[in-house]
Amino acid sequence: MEKSNFFKDRVMPVGVILLALLVIWYVAVIFLNVPFERDTAARAGTAITFSEILPKTMFQQRPVLPAPHQVIAEIWNTTVLMPITSKRSLVYHAWITLSATLLGFGIGTVLGILLAVGIVHNRAMDRSLMPWVIASQTIPILAIAPMIIVVLNAVGISGLLPKALISTYLSFFPIVVGMVKGLRSPEQIQLDLMHTYYASPSQTFWKLRWPSSMPYLFTSLKVAIAISLVGAIVGELPTGAVSGLGARLLAGSYYGQTVQIWSALFMAAALAATLVIIVGFAHTAVLKRMGTRA
Amino acid sequence: MTITPASVVSARDLGLTFETNDGPVNALTGVNLDVNKGDFVSFIGPSGCGKTTFLRVIADLEKPTSGAITVNGTTPEDARKNRSYGYVFQAAALYPWRTIEKNIALPLEIMGYSAADQKARIDRTLDLVNLTGFGKKFPWQLSGGMQQRASIARALAFDADLLLMDEPFGALDEIVRDHLNEQLLKLWDRTNKTICFVTHSIPEAVYLSTKIVVMSPRPGRVTDIIESTLPKERPLDIRESPEFLEIASRVREGLRAGHSYDE
Repeated sequence: MEKSNFFKDRVMPVGVILLALLVIWYVAVIFLNVPFERDTAARAGTAITFSEILPKTMFQQRPVLPAPHQVIAEIWNTTVLMPITSKRSLVYHAWITLSATLLGFGIGTVLGILLAVGIVHNRAMDRSLMPWVIASQTIPILAIAPMIIVVLNAVGISGLLPKALISTYLSFFPIVVGMVKGLRSPEQIQLDLMHTYYASPSQTFWKLRWPSSMPYLFTSLKVAIAISLVGAIVGELPTGAVSGLGARLLAGSYYGQTVQIWSALFMAAALAATLVIIVGFAHTAVLKRMGTRA
Repeated sequence: MTITPASVVSARDLGLTFETNDGPVNALTGVNLDVNKGDFVSFIGPSGCGKTTFLRVIADLEKPTSGAITVNGTTPEDARKNRSYGYVFQAAALYPWRTIEKNIALPLEIMGYSAADQKARIDRTLDLVNLTGFGKKFPWQLSGGMQQRASIARALAFDADLLLMDEPFGALDEIVRDHLNEQLLKLWDRTNKTICFVTHSIPEAVYLSTKIVVMSPRPGRVTDIIESTLPKERPLDIRESPEFLEIASRVREGLRAGHSYDE
């Protein structure tokens, strides 16, 4: 086989798309920010040419759409140049969100697996639980998030846990669905084999159902970790915008700080991508240990 | 019921009816059969004749609806709980995440053998099926014939005296199949097992068996039981001998008699 060329196969396609997106972004920046400069010039009663406007659209204080370099500069200033302890540090806010994400993801994964095990092994649970699991996801998270925060606050639970529970609410679902399918994935012949050995239900579970479900589990985990982050951000909105990426987004929109909004957005996207990649690596490592064809 | 001590499987008027949406299906009716210790019994017949079903009844994978059956003098369920048989399925059914030796270790782990005992048994059974040196491979790294041999090793690992084989070589090509049949006979000779073997190949049944059970469908029943007169030592070219051809033709006749082609 031809040796794969990392630059040609990986860097090039991604790079080309990135470049195209940047070009579209800059064009959009000009179109969206020009009206403001025109209005400003008109109010001042001065005539302004297009070539004079163009550079101004790139460096507005509160642009409709900030230019990429403004966002990058903002991210740089609030991460590298700012101490993590500062309330304006994006790293600090990202950590707040990340901790809720991970806690919620952890609880959601355990809960999802336990529910799936129950559903697979118990007919009554299969009949009674699955419709509720599905129904839970038809309620918009934006509607239920403030309720969870308020109710838990009323019983004295505040801070990290309520936000994490909103992540859990979102993330347990793909785990349940994936693991139910995964735990049911062994073929009849493999189950018959266990029957001929007079294997106990727990032996059948650990030696057959559990390993069979691994590919399904990791596919679910990738979805779950990404929506856990969404859950954590949504959970930060009704808490009065104290801290976290969600708070930065909300505060940014209150004060028209579009650059701040966009930098928080990018931080969230980078965080999500990193988390999905980490789960992806774990997936590859586990499947490799399980002898999957290379 | 007359059960001699040497009787490994004994069926009396055995019947099994499946309830389906299209009404009841008689998978087995009135089966009377004795399998003695050390026998190599083949079950042959067209699909739907109940040969696999009968094997699954012996293995307690299906419950009969009428008649009686004993396996090792007890009910099939107790025989299964005593781990008194090894079952080889149509497909190798190796667990893809386990290496060959780990696959062979599977029943040993379940039955609680010690690690040292497991190791010794793995080595011995790998040798029995000529797979020494392949223990560390994953199933996908082996050919279909080798995978099926590994699954036979897995069924042999815990020393059950009875081996139930459901068309184990059905999916393999004829050359591999000939080779495996020859190896199976040697293995049978070396281990003194009782083997129940389901097939739909007449030469395979005649070549391997001491007793051939001819079955026919609708309803699934036994139409003929043929005691083989072939010697225990059977080179592959025995299949051209007149004796062999005579038994084969009797099997063919039995199949034809039980099967109405006007359906």
